[in-house]
Amino acid sequence: MPIIEVENLVKKFGHFVANDHLTFSVDEGEIYGFLGANGAGKTTAMKILCGLSSPTSGKVKVAGYDVYRQSEMIKKRIGYMSQRFSLFDDLSVWENFQFFGGIYGLTAAQIRQRTTELLGRLGLEGEKKQLLGSLPLGWKQKLAFSVAIIHKPSIVFLDEPTGGVDPITRRQFWEIIYETASQGITVFVTTHYMDEAEYCQRVSIMADGRIVALDTPSNLKAQYQVNNIEEVFLRIARN
Amino acid sequence: MCFYFIGNTPPVSLPLVTENMPSNISIQVSGLARHFGNKTALNDVSFDVAKGELFGFIGPDGAGKTTLFRILTSLLLPDAGSATVEGLDVVKDYKKLREILGYMPGRFSLYQDLSVEENLRFFAGIFRTTPEANYDLVKDIYSQIEPFRKRKAGKLSGGMKQKLALSCALIHKPEVLVLDEPTTGVDAVSRIEFWEMLARLRSSGITIVVSTPYMDEASRCDRVALIQNGGIMSIDTPAAIRKNFGRALWAVKADDAYRLLADLRRFKAGRSAFPFGEYIHLVPDDERLKPAEIESYLQALGHSHISVRQIEPSIEDCFMEMMKDSE
Repeated sequence: MPIIEVENLVKKFGHFVANDHLTFSVDEGEIYGFLGANGAGKTTAMKILCGLSSPTSGKVKVAGYDVYRQSEMIKKRIGYMSQRFSLFDDLSVWENFQFFGGIYGLTAAQIRQRTTELLGRLGLEGEKKQLLGSLPLGWKQKLAFSVAIIHKPSIVFLDEPTGGVDPITRRQFWEIIYETASQGITVFVTTHYMDEAEYCQRVSIMADGRIVALDTPSNLKAQYQVNNIEEVFLRIARN
Repeated sequence: MCFYFIGNTPPVSLPLVTENMPSNISIQVSGLARHFGNKTALNDVSFDVAKGELFGFIGPDGAGKTTLFRILTSLLLPDAGSATVEGLDVVKDYKKLREILGYMPGRFSLYQDLSVEENLRFFAGIFRTTPEANYDLVKDIYSQIEPFRKRKAGKLSGGMKQKLALSCALIHKPEVLVLDEPTTGVDAVSRIEFWEMLARLRSSGITIVVSTPYMDEASRCDRVALIQNGGIMSIDTPAAIRKNFGRALWAVKADDAYRLLADLRRFKAGRSAFPFGEYIHLVPDDERLKPAEIESYLQALGHSHISVRQIEPSIEDCFMEMMKDSE
């Protein structure tokens, strides 16, 4: 069952067409990789899917809600995490969870239960009184991801979640992504690491505002007759 | 170009030569340390860079790369140790040093409300020169953004900003170019183009020190330092680092990648197993392990379409192995 449905999405800024008739859907519990060169139109599309911006035309439904009329409902049903917007450095781990849980309208008991559960999964229960700013970057990123799913959203949007993270933590992060998807939360992710594209069930590649390729990693490699997604990406982006 | 280190053991701590310094050394760093409060950003870092070398610092965020570069460019004082660039001390000779350095910080630091050409003229002017005087050096890069020379720098795309920043760092014809994570957040294609520009610059004889969190970029450098938690784990040519991996490495694939990873982690003859794209890289405890043993272990667990082949390690494999060792 599709949890994201996009049909002929167009977004223009003046005469500039940032998204040019995008059509795709993402299934419930899928890990979907959203790739493209800088300036291809990924951020514009992500903002629309998160209910932060309206399309110029086209049909977009996220978690069953229409982006034109029900963007506030969408915001309640999604989680978002990016490399840039993380948690508050001068709050403790526990306080960060409380703060974001509160924003999403969870009760104190729900926040306590979810925080214990999520910190337990990361093995970071012992750090809950630590100020976030004192923790290593890799831990912060894992905590930011946990906070993004504290309200059990239908979809979590991850915008370059592993940028600059060390190679071991980067892989641990993907194991958490897998675990999250197996619980039915859909994962919509962008990355500049092409090896990570291989961990997605399906990927789309954007160029100049359009989706030029959309399939499973293995089908894309077969179609372009190359050994890895990086080569697919280079072929597309260089044309 | 000189690789005067090739074949030698990596210099862990070099004696600081103040007199009769060999003329082929551009940057010399010894015992450098820097703390922020009770956090150690750099701990006893020593290395040197030859003139004309393209030298890379490879490591994740928080490894200490930016702190090191800010000390090398005289923007931050070290707590201990010393560093010279082209014979100039980064603390005592900072005024002279700044004349011969080109620095591109990690964060875009040009004037957003000046146009492309105004930025270039401004940075040339600071160094008492003009864009015309040194145009040859930046031509290759600047010509790509010249069609937009009237555009405000703040209105450029990420890739164009990066090219302008590099042009501005080069316009006074520095002897040493320091680039802090120029490719972070940049897509795969633009990253390749950027390294091609650096390779052309290097052939003009300029010494280049560059940092990156992308392990695959190491192969573009003459030598690299792998840096983690404020310390250098290894310094060598990319080829020598791969050669020194010192263990067998297997790429394993099967239909159910997620279960395969879990099963390989439980494999008693395995030291580590990490996903690398569609394969899982398995480092065995004993290098005499045969592929048939891995295959039969996986077959017994019901895996299908099993493929096992021995491969050469990448820099990322080496980095992860060293991280494991230092734990």
